[in-house]
Formats: sequence, structure tokens, C-alpha cells
Amino acid sequence: MLHPDDIGPVPWAPLKPLPGHVSRGRLERVLRRGEFAVTAEINPPDSADPDEIEHRIKPFEGWVDAINATDGSGAHCHMSSIAVSALLIRMGYSPVTQISCRDHNRIAIQGNVLGAAALGVANILCLTGDGVQAGDHPEAKPVFDLDSISLLQTIRTMRDEGKFLSGRRITGPPQVFVGAAENPFAPPHDFRPIRLAKKIAAGAQFIQTQYCYDVPMMARFMARVRDLGLHERCFILAGCGPLASAKAAKWIRANVPGVHIPDGVIARLEGAKNQRAEGKRICVEIIQQLREMPGIAGVHLMAYKQEESIAEIVHESGVLRGRTPWRRDLVAHMQAVETQGAA
Amino acid sequence: MRAEDAFPARGIARRPLPRRSLRLWSVRHARALAAVYRGFERVLRGAHPLFARIGYARLERPVARVELAVKSALFDCRMCGQCVLSATGLSCPMNCPKGLRNGPCGGVRDNGHCEVHPDMPCVWVQAYAGAERMGAVARMGEARAPIDHRRAGLSSWLQAARGDVAS
Ligand code: SF4
Repeated sequence: MLHPDDIGPVPWAPLKPLPGHVSRGRLERVLRRGEFAVTAEINPPDSADPDEIEHRIKPFEGWVDAINATDGSGAHCHMSSIAVSALLIRMGYSPVTQISCRDHNRIAIQGNVLGAAALGVANILCLTGDGVQAGDHPEAKPVFDLDSISLLQTIRTMRDEGKFLSGRRITGPPQVFVGAAENPFAPPHDFRPIRLAKKIAAGAQFIQTQYCYDVPMMARFMARVRDLGLHERCFILAGCGPLASAKAAKWIRANVPGVHIPDGVIARLEGAKNQRAEGKRICVEIIQQLREMPGIAGVHLMAYKQEESIAEIVHESGVLRGRTPWRRDLVAHMQAVETQGAA
Repeated sequence: MRAEDAFPARGIARRPLPRRSLRLWSVRHARALAAVYRGFERVLRGAHPLFARIGYARLERPVARVELAVKSALFDCRMCGQCVLSATGLSCPMNCPKGLRNGPCGGVRDNGHCEVHPDMPCVWVQAYAGAERMGAVARMGEARAPIDHRRAGLSSWLQAARGDVAS
């Protein structure tokens, strides 16, 4: 059943404020209660049709606590993350709005933070962003006026001190739970935990990592994180996702910046009769191992073009241990609204 | 064709590729160079009364020219005007195509090369190696405020002489 703290008067409204919480969103509550959280990511549509968002999330409704709306990921142009987030909120979901530093300068970004919060966004993920060379507009101007760390600091200053970077006062500060990404699998490996500490010091309250296909490497990273006590200062959600085939895995490894896939994983896919099923099984096994790793507070699923498999993966991994994340049909109000709408 | 860098090189530093080997040499010798630089900084600070007499405004252009020549040769410096080399293992972060000043992005390749320019070692992998050599890894943990674009092209040496904090 749903936790009473997670139900508001109407699904799209901010929840009742809780002491010690910075946001009025569901993700922060789930994490602070110590529940193992599951988030998933959708790639916004290349379309102005809002129904496409509903289609993308429907297959995993009720299996995830929050949905990330990516911001021009891979430097490809899609519907904006804030617009996607607003549409998700309208349906009652809890989005994690990603903000990348690639396309906007500090003036635009701070304006977007205010606008997003006004639309009901409770979670923001601060990213540096992929380089323009990775996308469909390599001739574009890369902005990178801020970086992920100065972006974290900026949003924290806006929220906690009620001030813009310039020092000018904000009358209604954005009440947002702020997160960042980290890639434990990219060089310089010894610096990654220090960088995580830097992000936490800059204001990161939760972390979503890059895809984890190398559990031993993740374990080494987490050992360092625990030595530094970082897992007690932020919630770490490990990134996971199914590989569709050995060919796809090789392509990702060669072409997607920052994704590390060990040879063993590729060999296992190659040796399987049904590579897609094997890819899913590998993902489920990794999730189960991460579930047991001290300091891991949840998983973040990225199943690009395999959104339909998210529900199965969460279900088969058993990580929710019987808990049901929010979904529309569990909320009486929403049903009432829907029947009214249908009538 | 290469994607544009977030913080393109200015003036005579507009020499994107060939100097790279010297930059890597500088990082390999970060320890010795850093010692030299610390000495140089003391000289600069000692020169403050003299510089003040001549007038910092008058010195700006000629000093910036010399600084650009020296630092672009050694570090591929891009004259951001708020030098952080001493905190980045003598690897100039403005050579990062994203102009990152707080550490590497998540896109660094398995071989330690840059996500954007695959032929270039990531400046932050270099920075970490340089900082280790200098015994300055702790400084890599300092958070840096966003760059002030108004200072691009100004001399960091004169700022050091004046005792301004560079960043
Ligand atoms: S890989 Fe290194 S040099 Fe390249 S964009 Fe990322 S941080 Fe900058």
C-alpha cells in the first residue's frame, strides 16, 4: 500500500511539507524513510505531442518512485526536460528534472530552476552534459558556462539563501531536492570518490551513477565512498540497464561517452541463445548484487528503447520487497478525476 | 571537423594541436615546475611596489603578452585571466573542450582520453597525475566558482603581484 506521507490532496499538487525535508516530492520521502528506491529514465520524444510521454511511461507505471526527464541527452535535440517534467506532474508522477550545462548559461539556468519549481518539480539532477560532438548538431556552440558542481552550488544558494548567483534576492526560493551524477567507471578512478565528495559539499543530496556493468569496480568505488563516509551524506542510486545484444553492447562501448562494459559481459551475451533475454538477466543479477552493497540506496534504470522491460526487471529483481511505488489507480482522487474526465 | 571548444584559445595561443606534447611534458614535470613557479610568484609579489609605481593599467597589455607567450608554450594556456594551474597539477583546465574547472566529466574514455577529442588525453586525467606528483591532490577537491568571462585575456601574474586571489 502507499505510504500516507506520499499521498497529497490531488496527485499533481506538492505534498504536505515534512520537517527535515527540503522538497515536497515523493522521491525524497522514499529515500529518507530508508526504502530502496527505484528510478527510471525516459528519453523525451521528438515530438510536440504530449501523449507520447504517457505511452513511454505506461509500461512501468507503479514500478518506479521517480522518472528522470533527460535534458538533450547525448547532445540530441528532444522535448525540453522541464516541459516533460511538467507533463509528468500533471499526470501525478514525480519527475527528476535533469539540467545540463551544455546549452544554457547561468542566467537561463537559474530562470529555468525557478520555472521548474513553480511548475511543481521537486527533484533536479545537475549534469555537466555530453559534448556537442556526440549529437545531431555537432556544429552548435557548446555553452558550459557552469559545470555540474557550480550548478549544484548555484541551486543550493537559490534554495537555502534565497539568492541568485549575483546576490539578488529571490522572493520564493525553489524547494528542490538536488542531485548529481557520478561515473565510478571512468578515469581518473582514484579521483572519482574525491569528486563525489566535492559534489556533496556543493549540495548534492542524491547521486545517480552511470550504467554499472562492472560490479567489482563499483564495489571498490563504494568501499572508498564508505571510508570517506559519503554514503551517509547522500543517497546513492546505482545506474543499471539491459543490453539488447552483444552487438549493441559493443556499439555502446565504442560510441557512448563514459559507458564501461567489461569483456566478460559481452562474452556472456555472445554465448547466449537469446541475447535480449540474457541482457535482461545480467541486468537483474547486477541489480540484486547492488541491492546488497552497503551504501547503495537505490537503483536508477536506463532502458533506452526497452522501456517495456523496466517493470519486468524491477519485478524479477525483487528489490522492492513487496513495496508498491505510487501509481494512478492506487489513488482514489485520481480515479475520480479520470471518471469525471471520461464522462 | 572538430566541435568548437567552450572556451576557445585567445590571441597567439590559437594553436590547437601541435603544442600538446610540451603541455604533457609540463605535467610530467609538475613538481619541479611548481617549485619554480612558487619562486616566481614571490618575485612577483616583491615587485608590487615597482608595478604600482609604473601603474598596473599600463603594465596590463605588455605583461599579458609575455604571460601568454610563456604559458601558452608550456601549458597551452588560454588566458582565462583567473589561473588555477597550481590547483590542477599544472594541466590547464581551459583545454577541456567543456572548459570544466571542477574536475572531469563522466565521459572520459577507458584509455584516459577525452570524450570530445578522442586523440587528446583528458586534461583532468593529466591534472590528477600532475597533482599527485606535486603532492597537491587535496587542492583538486576545492570547489571553484564559475568562471568570470570578463577577466578573459587579463594577466594572472599581475593579479598575483597585487595579491588578488586568482580564483
Ligand atoms: S573527457 Fe576530460 S577533457 Fe574531455 S570534456 Fe570531459 S573532462 Fe573535459
